Amino acid sequence: MNAKGATTMPKTEYTIEPGKQELISTVVLDAPRELVFKAYTDPDIFVRWWGPSRYENKVIKYDSRSGGEWHVIQRGADGSEFGFRGVNHDVVAPERICQTFEYLGVPGHVALQTATFEPVGNKTKIVAQIVFQSVMDRDGMVASGMRDGADESMERLAAVLEELKKGK
Amino acid sequence: MAADQLSVTFAALADPTRRAILARLANGEASVTELAKPFDLSLPGISKHLKVLQRAGLITQGRNAQWRPCRLEVGRLREASEWVGEYRRFWDESFQRLDDVLQEMIKEEKTDERKRSDHDAED
Repeated sequence: MNAKGATTMPKTEYTIEPGKQELISTVVLDAPRELVFKAYTDPDIFVRWWGPSRYENKVIKYDSRSGGEWHVIQRGADGSEFGFRGVNHDVVAPERICQTFEYLGVPGHVALQTATFEPVGNKTKIVAQIVFQSVMDRDGMVASGMRDGADESMERLAAVLEELKKGK
Repeated sequence: MAADQLSVTFAALADPTRRAILARLANGEASVTELAKPFDLSLPGISKHLKVLQRAGLITQGRNAQWRPCRLEVGRLREASEWVGEYRRFWDESFQRLDDVLQEMIKEEKTDERKRSDHDAED
């Protein structure tokens, strides 16, 4: 069922190789890369898409130039706040953004993330690479269900966790 | 949850044997011998994995001297899963929203172009 003109759900693929500190997410979006780059670097547009929709993005700092700092707080309806910050190391329009990333809820675990935008016809392939400070930092994310198609025990564990969350 | 505890939990989860042990314990408590059976592991080998899981607070071992059953401790797993589940949801949902925003931007651009060309035609 894929009617012409209907919005299709973008499918994000996660690449995670054993023993490495990196993690790569790849997605193809139906827009030219100049637009994708703008959506990443313009704070007014950035706040409209970054993070789950149940959180409101509040920009403290958002300097998209090379060397510029960024600091964004996500606020939930219940008043809970999650801070994220980093520094833009290299911002090359319209092809690449390389920046540090730190979730302030678990401070000190700083990752380096690079987003590259590759044109695929009129679409754009976004490749987001995140390099963690240790394999342990990364595997923590992976082991707890960041990826589809994990081994069977992981799937079973994930299913169990869902049950647990429902309070069974 | 303290950052250090999160690291310990993650390190314990980053091993397929230990995840399989947790999956087995999700079906109910089991003895060390029972847990060792599906794996090609010696008792000392499985004990090592159990010790890591125990230290991470993911399992507890009963005091019953006869068979000391291992039991899954759901609290710590729930904490870890909530924290990282967010991460994946974060990007899946972000890219979905980014796609929506991009489509709006494309529409706006087309409208602007049309306005411009209408304006040019008037001149």
